[in-house]
Amino acid sequence: MKYTYYPGCSVKATANLYQESIDAISPILGLELEELEDWNCCGATAYMSVKELMSFAISARNLALAEPFHRDVVTPCSACYLVLNKTNQYFTEYPDLRKKLGQALEAGGLSYSGNIRVRHILDVLFNDVGPEKISSLVKKRLDGLRVAPYYGCQIVRPEMGFDDPDDPQSMDRLIESLGATSVEYPLKTKCCGASLMGTEEDLALRLCCELLTGAESAGAHCIVTLCPLCQMNLDVYQSKVNRLCRMKHNIPVLYITQLIGIALGLPSKDLGLDKLAVKLTKPVKEILQGA
Amino acid sequence: MLKKEIVYESTLDHDFLEEIYSLPGGHEIKKCIQCGTCSGSCPTSHVMDHAPRKIFSLIRAGFREEVLDSNTIWFCSSCYTCSVRCPKEIKITDVMYALKRLAIKEGKTKGKKAVVLSKNFVKLVNKYGRNHETELMTRYIIQAELFNAFKFIPQGWKLFSKGRLPLFPHKIKNIDQLRKILKKVDELGEI
Repeated sequence: MKYTYYPGCSVKATANLYQESIDAISPILGLELEELEDWNCCGATAYMSVKELMSFAISARNLALAEPFHRDVVTPCSACYLVLNKTNQYFTEYPDLRKKLGQALEAGGLSYSGNIRVRHILDVLFNDVGPEKISSLVKKRLDGLRVAPYYGCQIVRPEMGFDDPDDPQSMDRLIESLGATSVEYPLKTKCCGASLMGTEEDLALRLCCELLTGAESAGAHCIVTLCPLCQMNLDVYQSKVNRLCRMKHNIPVLYITQLIGIALGLPSKDLGLDKLAVKLTKPVKEILQGA
Repeated sequence: MLKKEIVYESTLDHDFLEEIYSLPGGHEIKKCIQCGTCSGSCPTSHVMDHAPRKIFSLIRAGFREEVLDSNTIWFCSSCYTCSVRCPKEIKITDVMYALKRLAIKEGKTKGKKAVVLSKNFVKLVNKYGRNHETELMTRYIIQAELFNAFKFIPQGWKLFSKGRLPLFPHKIKNIDQLRKILKKVDELGEI
């Protein structure tokens, strides 16, 4: 299965461990991810707050670059997923916007006709590879590992159609396909604060505290997520959450692709596990070693 | 916060509603039935000057300053929970974006740290074609949090020591193409 791969800026920097694990598991799962040549930033939430048409235009450049390959575009970042999809959707729905975007792209020698499908890597892992195939490739079953599946916001909202906006299930099924238990986690789509961590730190820390507390009280050994910003907020800021909220959270926050990699028997250095700010805890290590 | 004293109708801005209607997605607020699902769903409404339902009510009543000066629009994290739950299918997050842009246009940005972050983000993307998280945070801290700079050190160091914070930006090869596109948008005018 071949796809056009759009990593996004975070995956090349603060989330480079996500990229490492994707690189490691893709060949085993039969995924061929060909990186889009010379892609630019999708605009995320910040660009849209300042300039609307410009943010759609920079996003559309990526779609225009991808169109000649006639393949689905796959991104591991939830913000990129949302923005590229939104551009695609509004391009089709609003003729005025379509016309202006067409003119803007033309100025750069590009054109776009709206025929690209943008998908999240979770969608591909769940629908194209599938839990059954993943399960059959598992070398180390993660029996006994209790995992809180944290989806965050922008992969399920606004509705993109591949999973439920309030109670998504795709990642739960993938976790179970590895032999682990996906715990009941009602906060799975509650916001972590996203970029408010930069501007309104106390607020975002409290949102994260709620998520960490919820996962721990559900008896989870670790949290698994799929969004660079969610992972950074819950992992890198966990010590700060503890200071502000007077808690003693110590729960590793992994990318789903890292968890899959562990179960596929890949060495931890190939999966970027050493780059986690909250190290794998003893119970997790024991389960992983015993697996 | 809303002033406690009586506000007379004659002092309200009756053009404000028309102005909001003219923004992309702005006409949607006509459909609001004031049910409060948005406010109840919002993860940050407890710290907002006015929760989203009230913002819609204020817009319709013409409370221009209260809306554009409020912290509400900058506390919206774009989680889209309100948008998917709104029974009238109003794209509330899009309305919040429109209000953010209007507030910036009118210079209602004093003390709004999110504006500093967003504007620098735009600058970096226009310069390199991509975001450079290290430079973004450095610019942000210097411009908005200089006296709090020390509080960013532990997390910054954690990221850096784990090799998650590249020092140098990546510039896309065809930045000229991106700039031509942006220049054309500038000529066309925003939506």
